[in-house]
This record gives sequence, C-alpha cells and structure tokens, in this order.
Amino acid sequence: MELSGGEIIIRCLKDEGVEYVFGYPGGAVLHIYDALFRQDDVRHILVRHEQAATHAADGYARSTGKPGVVLVTSGPGATNAVTGIATAYMDSIPMVVLTGQVPQPVIGSDAFQEVDTVGITRPCVKHNFLVKSLDDLAITMKKAFYIATSGRPGPVVVDIPKDVTDPNTKIPYVYPEKVEIRSYHPVEKGHHGQIRNAVAAMQRAERPVIYSGGGVVLGEASEELTELTRLSGFPITNTLMGLGAYPATDRQFLGMLGMHGTYEANMAMYKTDVLVAIGARFDDRVTGKIEQFCPNAKIIHVDIDPASISKTIRPDIPIVGPVKQVLGDMIDTWKESAEDAEPQSLDKWWEQIEGWRSMNCLKYETNAEKIKPQECVETLYRITDGDLFLTSDVGQHQMWAAQYYKFDKPRRWINSGGLGTMGFGLPAAMGVQLAHKDAQVACVTGEASIQMCIQEMATCMQYGLPIKVVLMNNGYMGMVRQWQEFFYESRYSHSYVDALPDFVKMAESYGHVGMRVENPADLEAAMREAFAMKDRFVFLDVVVDPAENVYPMIEAGKPHNQMHLSPYLSSERELA
Amino acid sequence: MRHVIAVLMENESGALSRVAGLFSARGYNIESLTVAPTEDPSLSRMTIVTRGNEAIIEQITKQLNKLIDVVKLLDLSEGPHIERELMLIKLNTEGEYRNEAQRLADIFRGNIIDVTPSSYVIEMTGDSDKLDAFVRAVDNERIVEVVRTGSSGISRGSRGLTL
Ligand SMILES: Cc1ncc(C[n+]2csc(CCOP(=O)(O)OP(=O)(O)O)c2C)c(N)n1
Ligand SMILES: [Mg+2]
Repeated sequence: MELSGGEIIIRCLKDEGVEYVFGYPGGAVLHIYDALFRQDDVRHILVRHEQAATHAADGYARSTGKPGVVLVTSGPGATNAVTGIATAYMDSIPMVVLTGQVPQPVIGSDAFQEVDTVGITRPCVKHNFLVKSLDDLAITMKKAFYIATSGRPGPVVVDIPKDVTDPNTKIPYVYPEKVEIRSYHPVEKGHHGQIRNAVAAMQRAERPVIYSGGGVVLGEASEELTELTRLSGFPITNTLMGLGAYPATDRQFLGMLGMHGTYEANMAMYKTDVLVAIGARFDDRVTGKIEQFCPNAKIIHVDIDPASISKTIRPDIPIVGPVKQVLGDMIDTWKESAEDAEPQSLDKWWEQIEGWRSMNCLKYETNAEKIKPQECVETLYRITDGDLFLTSDVGQHQMWAAQYYKFDKPRRWINSGGLGTMGFGLPAAMGVQLAHKDAQVACVTGEASIQMCIQEMATCMQYGLPIKVVLMNNGYMGMVRQWQEFFYESRYSHSYVDALPDFVKMAESYGHVGMRVENPADLEAAMREAFAMKDRFVFLDVVVDPAENVYPMIEAGKPHNQMHLSPYLSSERELA
Repeated sequence: MRHVIAVLMENESGALSRVAGLFSARGYNIESLTVAPTEDPSLSRMTIVTRGNEAIIEQITKQLNKLIDVVKLLDLSEGPHIERELMLIKLNTEGEYRNEAQRLADIFRGNIIDVTPSSYVIEMTGDSDKLDAFVRAVDNERIVEVVRTGSSGISRGSRGLTL
C-alpha cells in the first residue's frame, strides 16, 4: 500500500492505538490535516490554543498511562506548545508532539513561520527528531513512541517539514513491530543483591518511613507499593506527584510531605532512621535544607533513572530499576527473610507518630460569613465520595486540594508539580474527560490560573465535555500574596487580581452553566447541584476567604522540623 | 579535579548541540570539547575535558548517558590514558628571534610548517601541559596567534571504547 507522508503519520497513529490527537492547524501541517479529514480511526480534538493541546494530551496521558499525542503547525504553533512540553518533561509524562516545519529547501532562510523547533525544544524533551526524508517517517514515529513511553517516560517532539508530507509523493507503508535503538537501553531490572541489602536494612529499622513519588504512578506500581507498606507496617508519605499511589484514607498514610506537607510526615522524615525513597527525586520543595535532610537516616533510593540517584541526595543503597519489578522483588525478599528474623517492632515509632498526628495540623477555623478554601475542598471530597479525577492549576488552591482531597487511587490527582504551570488545569481536564467518558472530572483552580487557558471552554462545548470547574476565587494570586505576606512585609506587589470578569456570564456565553457561591451555608447545595448536572460543563465560582494561607509551611531552604503551623492551631492550643 | 570523558555518539546533526546544551543548561564546566566521525561513519567520537568534584562528574556522566544519541562513554581519567592536542602557533620572528624560535620548536619537537621573512607557523602536538609550557617558553610579545584543538583522549592497553 502506497501512502503519502501525511497519510503515513495518521496510519502510524492508528497502528500505535492512538485514540485522540489534540491539535491546531496551520500552513505547515495542512497535508497532515487533509489526511486526518479522510479517515475516522484517529479522532482530532481542536483546541483553542496550542498550549492547551499539550496540556490536554498530558492530562490524557496522566490519567491513562498511555502517551498523549499533539499536532501543531510550525513557528507560533510550535512555540505555543513549548510550555506544555516543558510541563510534561518536568513530570516525566509520555507524549508525542508532532510539529509542522517549513519545507526543507527553505529551512534556515527565516521563511514564513519558521522557527528552530528542534533547537527550542531540545532542553525540555526526552528526545526530538527532524524528519529529513519520507523514508524515515514511519520508523521515526515508531522511535518517538518507544522513547516517550519506555524507561523514564517523557515528551518526544517530531518536527516534520512540509515537503515530507507532500500528497503527491507516496511510498509503501510499513510500520515496524519493534525498534532497536543501539544508544538507548532503559534498565529492565533492579539489582537483586542491592534489593536484599535494602530489605535487610528495612527489617532492622526502628523508625522507618516510605517516601514515594510520581514514579510509582508512572510505573504502575501502586499495588506493589501498597502491599509492601502493609507487609512492613511502615508509615508512608507521598509527594505531590505521588498522591493516590497509596490510599490516603489508610491509617499508615501520613499525608503529603515537603513545603506544605503535614506535621506528622515532615517530623517523621526528620526523625527516621531508614528512609525508603521510591520513584521520587528529592525535589527541593520536598527536601528543604539538604544538609539537614533526614539527618539520621540510612537512605534507600529506588528509581528507574540512574541520573536521579545522587543528584541531590546521596543514598546509602541505590537501586536502579523499574519500581514495579523492584517492589515486587522487595516483597518476595521481605517474606522470605521475615521467616528467619522477626522484623523490629514499630510500636514505639507509631506511638510517636500518633503524637504528631494528634496535633491535627490541617485543622482550620471555619467562619459563618466567609467560605474557607479548605472547606471548599473538603465539601468537594464529601459530595463526590472521593471518587473524582481532579485536575488542578497552580497556587494555594492546588496545595489545599492536595492536602484535603484524599486520593485512594493512582492517576486521579492530575497537576503540574515540577514546572508549576498555571493554565494547566482546564485543558488537562479535557484530556482526562475524553479518556474517561463516564467518570466525574473536575478542575480546581484560581481566578488567576483559570484565565491563562480559559478559552478552552469553547473546546469543552464543542466536544460536550461535562467537566466541573471549581474556582476558589480569592481575588489574589494567593500563593504569591502568601509569600509577600510572609517575606515582604505584606507588600502585595501586583498580586491582586483586578478587573475580574463575571465568570458566570462568561461560562454562559460559551453555552455552559455558570454558578456563583458566596455564603458558606450555600456551598454544599451548590456543589451538589453542579455535580448533579451529569452532562453539562459547570463553572462554579466559589468566593473564598482572601486572607487564608496554606499551612503547614516550611520556608524554602529550611529543614523539615521547622514548620510554620496555622496561627489558629497555636491559639487553639493556648486555650486548651 | 580535571576529567577527560570520551563519548561515542550517533553521528547525527544536532548531537553535538545536545551535549553542548546539556553542559550549559546544567552549569557544568567545559574546558575543551573535540569531535569528529570515527572509522564507522555512523558514529562520532568526542573528548570532553571538564572539571568538578566527584558528585558533579558522576552527574555529568549520568546525564550524558541519558542523552538518547550517546551510545557509550568512558571517563578516561579513571585509568591510564593518553591525551594529545594539536597546536598551531604563529610567531613574529623578525630580527634576532628566528634562531631562538627554531631552537625552542626543536626542544619541544614542534615542526615549522610555514615560513615568511618575518614569521613562523609552528605545529606541535602533545598533552595540554606541554603545549602550555611551550606557550610560556616563547616570548609573549612574539605570539601573533595560537590555535589549539583541545584534547583528544584514548585509553592505554588493548581494550577500547567500541560498540
Ligand atoms: C505560568 C505561570 N506564571 C506564574 C506563576 C507563578 N505563580 C505561582 S502561583 C501564582 C498565583 C496563582 O493564583 P491563583 O490561580 O488565583 O491561585 P491561588 O494561589 O489564589 O489559589 C503565580 C502567579 C506560575 N506558577 N505559572
Ligand atoms: Mg487566587
């Protein structure tokens, strides 16, 4: 069968099992769009801005584990996509981004809509390709999908000059079953000797903690993580990216750790003698002051990426391998050796942890007049039975959602952790909703973040996506305001979000339902009403207390035992 | 510590900028970098001379290995190895200095490869220290220009960095 370049691209997507392509047309990809038009295997979702195409593909990938696919034109199409590519890169999300390029004869001549896409995206992709000949097209597509999805996943850009997709040039189509790349061999198995050492250290531990991250979600190892945690009886904390990998409602779960982690999680990190880090990368928002990170602990670090090991924290027992296989091996080894030697009793350690937990660090003061943002998330949790796919933007609302919505399953909490990209939430929710037609999908956001990709309400209307947007409207770039309050003597430089639109009318003008709640007494009923509209997109503008801060908080560069707790907690303790 | 890292990589356009980009993005230091295709035209061999403590060098080698185009690499400074660099140096030899320049070139086993009534171009290979020493030995006022390739490195013994 002879196909043109444009047709080959679409056939490759079909052969990869791609359901959706998120894209936006333009001159350099018109041949590809024409090929799209003449088939119905692959469905194209037309976004309203290329950044949204990448976030939507990203949301699709995060919620399914399958690669997200993007198609954009050259020049501004590609540059608009960069933020989303970098977002996916920082969180290791599998994604294939097809960018049109000007025809090869004019590359380098500053042709209309020419940018050096391969050069611009190089630092924020796992790999990228410029396809120089039609003969290389199918194999390059295969390589792109293989690289994006294997090892530590990540985005791959394939830049395709327009002449390569010329409809008048056709070649036989063959899509390779498999591809070998001699310079790329992801690690397939963790070292068994190291795993035995790790388990031995774990069984001798008196104050162990499991600290797990996004790698467990990406590596589909949530079941194994849960089994090992139950088997060992260890306390466990998750990073922002790892939430849901271990059921948050379980007693062994200490909550999130790090800058806005719980008191018990951070204190346990500070006091632990054996830290088991699994699929986590010791991000600075997690470690705080490196020199005082887990000062008394032997550190075990499991990661698929050798470069993650010893990047910031040097582990005592490094294990490079896929988390699923390594955890499986750890479980078997634990079971075998537990017969010989009884593991340490952890009763005293748990007693200490329960003491920290009884502080109830996430407690907040409710108010009859003002809706507290924490209350907003708790209500959301309650009325959705904890069963949402929840995407988020970036700011205080993101932290509150992470703290108060208890995720019991992986791939349910979808947020930009590494890059912290405002504008991520709504388009990501589109990808999630398309992937999970019958699931409840919501996006928590702030009035600043939502305006960065708000045009996507049109996409939601076009494709009938019944997403619920829960806007925690505090009138401020709250997270910025919080830092200004703490570290700049409350000089609120440009963090007030002025000239806000009427979000209800705005939603309505796109054809959606808009609602606004100001009174705490109305919150639950309004939310129930919104979520009861199963097949409608509802924009819920919740006016929340603008003065609220996210607690606990560890200042950047401070150790885990130096947390600011909510002033409400300290005043409450004084009363008691 | 100074390290010499030999890298075997796909001979593709863009591969060099991936390496150079990695060093600048992560703030690693490059003292010199040389690259050319090998006997297998699909592969290029690069020698990177860099400095850093053990942790930094470990990250550099890991990050290089992570680049999809990098096939294999070896930190040559971990074992016995040889480094050579080529230098072309043009000296102003007007007046008395002609004999002195020739004498120094002989001592350092350099070749004079271009002669005019007022200048020599001397070609010299050696490790970087030797070339530095030559540059120090000649009269600074006499140096018109210096061109150095940066070090190329190879391990001693029968084993090599091959596929
Ligand atoms: C694209 C982008 N620009 C700037 C920032 C810096 N930033 C982080 S949080 C934040 C404020 C977000 O405000 P809002 O969306 O209202 O959320 P809130 O903190 O009020 O809940 C800003 C500006 C960012 N993360 N992303
Ligand atoms: Mg806000």
